[in-house]
Amino acid sequence: MPFINNFTKEIHLKIVYYGPGLGGKTTNLQYIHNHLDHHRKGPLVTLPTETDRTLFFDFLPLDIGTLKGGYKVRCHFYTVPGQVYYNATRKLVLKGVDGLVFVADSQVERYDANLESVENLMENLKEYGYNFNDIPYVLQLNKRDLPKIMSVEEMLKGLRLKNEPYFEAVALKGVGVFETMEAIVKATVAKLVKGFSL
Amino acid sequence: MNDIFILYDDEYHEIRKILSRLKEESNSRLVFLADRNGQAIAIIGDLDELDSTALASLTAGNVAATDSLAKLLGSKGFHSLFHEGEKENMHISPIGNHIILGVIFDEKTSLGLVRLRVKKASSELSAVFDNIEKKKERGELPSSPPPFSEITDDDIEKLFRGR
Repeated sequence: MPFINNFTKEIHLKIVYYGPGLGGKTTNLQYIHNHLDHHRKGPLVTLPTETDRTLFFDFLPLDIGTLKGGYKVRCHFYTVPGQVYYNATRKLVLKGVDGLVFVADSQVERYDANLESVENLMENLKEYGYNFNDIPYVLQLNKRDLPKIMSVEEMLKGLRLKNEPYFEAVALKGVGVFETMEAIVKATVAKLVKGFSL
Repeated sequence: MNDIFILYDDEYHEIRKILSRLKEESNSRLVFLADRNGQAIAIIGDLDELDSTALASLTAGNVAATDSLAKLLGSKGFHSLFHEGEKENMHISPIGNHIILGVIFDEKTSLGLVRLRVKKASSELSAVFDNIEKKKERGELPSSPPPFSEITDDDIEKLFRGR
């Protein structure tokens, strides 16, 4: 749920990076965190397991900029734990989501995990009563630098759900990271603004 | 997706007044209000190096996790959470279905006093949020902050120029 404080002129949006385990969701946020001026970002909060996998969520607040009329846009980026058995915490992170990024793993052997994660996303959204078609959504095809990856066309055939924008990425090196982030922020802000002009 | 939550000036000031009173009467260090999605609504007190958005987000995560635990135990939810630290303590209480009230305090006060004052503040805050709902239903709140309808795709594009 977007939160607007009319007195402080701030718009707060919640954007969630979803996808299978070890797909690069946390790496996306780490790259953004490491490559932005400190005055625009808060701390990157991570809640990892002992083996450094995401247990609950990672969280990065970011000042995006100021819209006409003086409203500051502040986005709160979250990742979900990707491993199948963490669905209880994954679902909690989705609550109140305003925009979604699906980080898919391009490796052939991880394709089924991508499909399973998409299916899980749909189930969790449904349980909250959210309509997927109403939520801004961006697809990222990550790990394009690895051997044994699927072609973009093949991946899109199975994973592109509503003609959403997609980006090829190598999150470790920052390829496609900011493009993905900008696309989801723009789509989410546009959805909010359009909601008011109806 | 849910509705948009807009907090207007009158209610914002009212909330800050209640939080200030709570901070003073409970002799605590910091009092804050967040929504269950993890967004900070208002904070009163000594933030120091503390990041307010991380504070709100982690608190909401904490409440969400313990709520799920309560459901596992067959309960509706916990009325409050208390974290005891070496020097600082934290009292967290959900208010209704959307809001969370947090208090950070040290040895200058006691858990008993904090609980007592939180109880009073919670009902006052509940009233403010009930009132917002009623105003919404009666159509007494503006449906949108004025400049929103004038924002174009190009304005949104400009958010990222010059990064």
